[in-house]
Parts: sequence; C-alpha cells; structure tokens
Amino acid sequence: MSKIHVSTTINGDTAEFLCDPRETLLDVLRDRLGLTGAKEGCGTGDCGACSVTLDGRLVCSCLVLGAEAEGREIATVEGIAPGEELHPLQRKFIEHAALQCGICTPGILVAAKALLEKNPDPTETEVRYWLAGNLCRCTGYDKIIRAVMDAAAEMREAA
Amino acid sequence: MSVTRSHPHDAARLHVTGTARYIDDIPTPRGSLHLAFGLSDTARGTITALDLDPVRAAPGVVAVLTADDLPFANDVSPSAHDEPLLATGTVHYVGQPIFLVVAESHLAARRAARLARVEIAAEVPILTIDQAMAAESRFEEGPRLYARGDAAAAIAAAPRMVEGTLELGGQEHFYLEGQAALAVPQEGGDMLVQSSTQHPTEIQHKVAEALGVPMHGVRVETRRMGGGFGGKESQGNALAVACAVAARMTGRACKMRYDRDDDMVITGKRHDFRITYRAGFDDAGMLQGVEFVQYARCGWAQDLSLPVADRAMLHADNAYFLPNVRIESHRLKTNTQSATAYRGFGGPQGMVGIERVMDHVAHDLGMDPVELRRRNYYDAAAGDFSTKNLGGGARDLTPYGQRVEDFELHGMTDALMESAGYAARRAAVDAWNAEHSAIKKGLGFAPVKFGISFTLTHLNQAGALVHVYQDGSVHLNHGGTEMGQGLFQKVAQVAASRFGIPLEMVKITATDTAKVPNTSATAASSGSDLNGMAVKAACDTIRERMAAFLAERHQCEVAQVRFEEGRVFAGGAEMTFAQAAQMAYEGRVSLSSTGFYKTPKVAWDRIRGEGRPFFYFAYGCALTEVAVDTRTGENRILRADILHDAGASLNPALDIGQVEGGYVQGAGWLTTEELVWDEAGRLRTHAPSTYKIPACSDRPEVFNVALWDGQNREETIYRSKAVGEPPFMLGISAWLALSDAVAACGDAYPALDAPATAERVWDAIGRLRDGV
Ligand code: FES
Ligand code: FES
Repeated sequence: MSKIHVSTTINGDTAEFLCDPRETLLDVLRDRLGLTGAKEGCGTGDCGACSVTLDGRLVCSCLVLGAEAEGREIATVEGIAPGEELHPLQRKFIEHAALQCGICTPGILVAAKALLEKNPDPTETEVRYWLAGNLCRCTGYDKIIRAVMDAAAEMREAA
Repeated sequence: MSVTRSHPHDAARLHVTGTARYIDDIPTPRGSLHLAFGLSDTARGTITALDLDPVRAAPGVVAVLTADDLPFANDVSPSAHDEPLLATGTVHYVGQPIFLVVAESHLAARRAARLARVEIAAEVPILTIDQAMAAESRFEEGPRLYARGDAAAAIAAAPRMVEGTLELGGQEHFYLEGQAALAVPQEGGDMLVQSSTQHPTEIQHKVAEALGVPMHGVRVETRRMGGGFGGKESQGNALAVACAVAARMTGRACKMRYDRDDDMVITGKRHDFRITYRAGFDDAGMLQGVEFVQYARCGWAQDLSLPVADRAMLHADNAYFLPNVRIESHRLKTNTQSATAYRGFGGPQGMVGIERVMDHVAHDLGMDPVELRRRNYYDAAAGDFSTKNLGGGARDLTPYGQRVEDFELHGMTDALMESAGYAARRAAVDAWNAEHSAIKKGLGFAPVKFGISFTLTHLNQAGALVHVYQDGSVHLNHGGTEMGQGLFQKVAQVAASRFGIPLEMVKITATDTAKVPNTSATAASSGSDLNGMAVKAACDTIRERMAAFLAERHQCEVAQVRFEEGRVFAGGAEMTFAQAAQMAYEGRVSLSSTGFYKTPKVAWDRIRGEGRPFFYFAYGCALTEVAVDTRTGENRILRADILHDAGASLNPALDIGQVEGGYVQGAGWLTTEELVWDEAGRLRTHAPSTYKIPACSDRPEVFNVALWDGQNREETIYRSKAVGEPPFMLGISAWLALSDAVAACGDAYPALDAPATAERVWDAIGRLRDGV
C-alpha cells in the first residue's frame, strides 16, 4: 500500500512523516516519530491512555488516522512542560503522589490540561466527569483529582 | 534518615513528562520483528487440519511457527508443566495460542494471524462449576480439607443456623500496560530479554528451557510495569518465550505485545468461586460452628491455582475466631483461561465467604453488623486495652493452628467507628430508608486480616546487590520489581538511611537476573519486606567495612563511627560520605556487597493445613455508604472511610495510595466488573467497552483514608507492614453496603451474588419486594 505524506505541527514544531493510510495517529506518534508518551491501553477509544489534542480539542489518538494530522496542530504530553520547568499540573501530580505505575499519567495530564484551558475553575464534580474517560487501574483516582484541583487553583493565582 | 517519609515515587518526573519507558517504549534495534499468536476459536477439541500457507503468504510475514518448530521445551507453565506455548494437537480454551506469526510489524503479524485455516473437531467443553463437578474435572486427587473440632455437631447443637450459596465472579487485571516482552539476541547464543513481569527469574528459567541453554545464557531485565496486580506473575512467560525462540531462529530482535482484546482473551484472571456455607450461632451472635465448601474455577492449566485455593481456605476465618470449622476446597479444571494470581491471591474470595456469613447472621438476628463482627473477633493482641474481649477464653487460634498474636482490629474498629461517625450515620440511613422507597441507602463495614508471607515457604527469601562508588554515589539493585507500588522508592529510602545520605545519592536500577539471581516473584505483598531487608543487609556490610577502616585510621572504636546527614563522623574527624568512600577505596576496602534475607518463623504443611504460614498479619477496616436506585438497581458509593495498618509506614504517601487504589479495585471486583462467557466458552467481555472497571466518576464522593498509628510487632524492615494486597479486601465493604441497602426493600435476606452489578441489585430487590 502506498504511503501518505503528512505535514503537521507537533508541540509547536513542524513535523513531516510518511504513513500507511490505515495507521492511527497513535502509531505514527509512537513508532514513526519516537513520541512514546501517549500509550495504547485499549486501541478502541475506551481508556484515554492515548490522549492528545488536535487543534486544541482532546482526542483519543488511537481513533484518529495519522493522515488526519495533515495541516493540524497536535499537542502531546511531551510538550506540556514549557522547557526545563514543569507545568503546574506535572508538579502537582508529583507532589500529591497522583500516580503509581504511571502509564495512565500522560493521558490524564493531557486531558486535565485541556479541561483547565476551557474551564480554569472547575468543580470537583466537573473534574471527575471530565476525566471519566481516562482509566487508571492503580490509584483509585482520589489523588489525581486533588492534584488537578490544586494545580487549577495555583494556575488561577498565577494568571 | 530517609525512612518513614512521604517521598514521591522515584520515577515521578519521568512519568509526568511521558519519558518513563515501558517495554513498548524501548527503542528497538534496527530490523526488529514483531509477533502475534494465532488463537483457538474452540474451547475444547482436536486440531484436525492446520493450513498456515495463507498466513505465510501475508504481507510482512517472516516466519510462522507451530509446536513442531520449537527446538526445545514447549512449556510456559510456572508449576505443573501442563501449559504448552503452542498447542500440541488439542485445544483447551478459546484463546489458546496455536501458532506464532513473526512479521515486520505488529499490525502485519496480527492481521496475518487471522488468516489461518484451522479445523478443530470440537468436543463438549467443561465450562461451569457444575459441569466440572459432574465430570470430576479437577486438579489434585480430590478436595482439600482443613478442619478443627466438629463443625457439623456444633451447628446442629447451636440455637440458630443460617445457610446459603454465594456466587463470586472472577476479575480481569486490566493492568493498563498489556503484557509485553522484547528479546535481543546476544553473541554466542545468549539472549537478553526485557519483560513486563513480576517474576524475572521465572522468565529466565522458562526462556532457558525453551532455548535449551543453562540459565546463565539468559538475562532478564525489568525496569517497570504499567500495572501488574498478579497478572504478570506467570502470564508473561508465553510472550518472553515466544520472543526468545523467534529471536534465536531469525537472529533479529523480536518484540511481542498483546493487543487489549487478545490480552483479555488469552491471559488468566482472578478465580471465580462458588461458596456454600452453614453457620451455627447463639442468640448473642457468637459463632459455634461454620462449614464452607469452596469451588474454584481454575481454567485449563494448573498455573498457581493450588496456592491460590489454599490461601482462600486460609482466609475463610478473616478476623473471626471459629471454634469449630470445616473448609472444603475443590480446584476445578475447566475449558477457560487458566485462572491465575490476582492481588489477594484467593484471600479475597475466602474472606468474602465469611463476610457473607456475618452479613447473613446479623440479618437473621437483627443485630448491628459491626457489633456482631466485633463479638466474633480474635482476641486483642497483648497490650491492646482499647476494648474488652468478649466471649472469654483464649480465642486466638486460627483454623490452621497459627496463633494470632498481633490482632489490631479491636482498637482499629473503635477508632474508625468514631472517626466515621458510625452510630449517627447508621441512625440516619435507617431513618432515610424508612421514609424513602425509590432510593435506599446502605452501610457496610468490613474488617480485614491478611496473612503476610508466601505460603510456599521457600519463596520467602530475597537478595540485593549494592555498590558504593568512590564519589559516594550508590547503585542499588534487588530482586523485587516495580509495578507502581513504589517498591523501588521504599527500598532506596532504606539504603539512604543506612548510609545516612540523601536519597538523590542512591540510584535505583532495573531488576536484572544478572545482578541478583534466584529471586521470588514480587508478589504476596512481600516486596518491601523481603527486598528492604536484603538491601539493609548489603548496606550494613559495606557500612561496617567502612566503619572498621575509618575507626582504625582515626583511632576510635568502630561503634563510634556514625553515618548521618551525608557526613561520616569517626573519632574527632568529620568528612562527607563521598570523602569517606574515596578514602575507603584508596584504603583498598571493598565497597560492594550482596545482601540476603529469609523470613523467620514460617513453617507450613499445606496438605495437613497446619503450621505457621504467615510471619504476621496486616489489618484494615472500612465503612462504605451507598445509595441504590431501587427502580433500576443503579448505585453509587457516597462515602468510604478507611483505617489501614501499614505498621510503621515506610512511606505514608505511597501506602495511602495503595490503600485507595486497592479499595477501589476491590469494590470494582464486587460491583461492576463482570466477566461473561457464552455457552461456547467465548469470553464476551474482552475490552473496556464491555468490561467496566471503576472510572474517575465512580470514586467515592467522600473518601477518608488514614493509616493506623502502630508498628509491626514482628521485626520487619523498620517495623513496617506489607501493604500491596490487604487494602484490596476493604472493597468488600462496598458489596456489604449494597446488601444492606437491598435489605431495606423487604424482609428476606438479599443473598446478593457478586459482582453486584446494577442488574443483580435490581433482581435482588425484585425478589425481596415480591417476597420470593
Ligand atoms: S488506547 Fe486510545 S483510548 Fe485506549
Ligand atoms: S497509575 Fe497505573 S494506571 Fe494509573
């Protein structure tokens, strides 16, 4: 099968790749671009481990074709930290011990960041339901919610 | 001093930046190949034709292997050698690997694996407990029996009696990282295997057998897993062996990871159980005699089913003294996935049995379920005066003859009832239920007493390897594996505190069979107990050598050399740890040591059911409040209050994380997580779309978790207690709360099976309301 040429922007940098028309954006990120922060937890849009944003919109990259990235802007967990400094969400996840095995963490950070961009002052319930598509088998979620609430508060103060 | 503090997880920074590597993230050598299994679509039968030509002809396929192509052992069983990597003429469950595809990409391998033409002469499969009992299809010659006194006579003589049957579903591990392995051929026929496994030594062992080489020809490395929960104790063997065999054959690196659906279809899960019970008791609720029959559905291969079923028997008492007791256990062989280790390892199933009895007895007597439980508790440990023991006499002997010498639950229950405001909330729930018929509320209380140690006594050992470099930095290795529980962090804290240095000076490295040999699985919650002690031993050896050297140089007693806050004090001299290391190196002192630990006191005869299988017990208790919509059965956890005993916690933040995660996983097991097989033996719930683990929105609205302020009465590492498995069983309180809410809908006992899905809850309410 002939490959498709795609030009896109990933975490602010332009990127080009060739991909199979059937290949998912998740596979392209992981296997062609070496960005392994997004994980495959199910491949069917049910776990959120592969979360990235596409033109600012939160998507499961396992449900997006690589070819669909043409001309769009993609943001992944690798782009969350602005340089050496960590993003407040990242810091709060460490501070609150909001991760155990950590494999859900990239997806949850991307999803939480997307929430806070839309809604800088979410209620706890809004956080819980926004993140309901991001499964975590280890933590029981409590510390995740606390970390997001705390990061939101800090970001509001800084803003 | 770095122990007993809440340091974050060692790799936290890597995790939040997406740079922590799991197997599938490791850059593979050029030309790496990818594998997939071709699976049986039939639960039981004989393969009559196998045409693999279409698979071989598929794009990207490099090789296709069947059992006949395997050069040496065709076995991935951790126990009874009854689990071939690839089927040998017969198939035993839907999902059993029949052939192996080696291809240029993961997708090419998976697509090709679907193209085989397989003909199987199907036989009637044995799928259910009833079918297995009727066919006498079992492991071991007959049921195991542990008993004390005459339970039947005690029940007959008791003023009151309840009896019943409980169906208890299995559970998918749903580690978010699926099974994965990568094998890279080395010179001279050696093999390096990276595996997502809780048991690198077992992987090494099975790979060596499959390659026909001594164990020294295989090195296995495991940096981390994306969750394990027991599901990576033996279930990773197949992938690692497949990769190694294919890598040997092709001379190229080979990687295999299961897609989620394949993972759920191929791998074993928690054993589902049926438990029948009879219990005799007096009007005060004191148990006189209890009988259990436990039926465990073990699947097609033995795997770890015997010790799992043993542990279910060993937890049939949970926290209660049973004066006369009989526990019979059937280990049934069925044409389903081979059930395997899962957090608690049978303990949860055993415990649910006695908690059901308690729930039933309390309902029968109309007695407060918390009070009933407390009356039947084991005697308090010496020195616990928080509660007067009821019942009189020595009530500290388990059904298997181990004395319970550290029973903490009297005091813990007092404290939880107080902090959770039980009495007032009980009254409020009752008042609510009296007034409302659409929404009913329920409260459930569950105590946990969980035995710590491998019941296979020889597994209770661990090794470590520690190096101090001449700049004072420390390299740490031990046999435990990291799956998110924070083991590496805890063990590094131990090392830092032994040398009196900051944590940053300790480098935690991947588990590696070439550094520490002959390790046990990271299982049975034993990770920090065993490895922490082994690391302590290694560090102390080096520290003593350094102390002896410095004492001589600075003319002081060895005992006067102190290691504190990154500095070393010897006589009048003071130096940094780095300087001390440099001096010791120049003084030709060895700065490297192994360490070893074996758990004392344990000795156990599993056939007679007698001895001391456990070094100590870990305790916990939980109170859960739920609301149930009686019109639909839908329900929600409103509040959970937990008090858990981690001894003198090595790291409270990590331990509380284990407690929260364990509770939620346990509650998921008993409420929403339902595995469904159809009559052909196909697992119909093989993805998160149909198998419902708790999500963020299911977290209890109010979630209060605290650690019990105590220390281990046995000499464990800094008097801490194991914390991996015990909190899982706190989730039983959620199921009991649902039972309580349903009970408010009628007079009869709800006899709620598990998982208590909305459907089951709704059914049970219907039965109560219809009076049937
Ligand atoms: S991998 Fe995309 S949602 Fe699970
Ligand atoms: S931390 Fe393991 S899945 Fe979330």
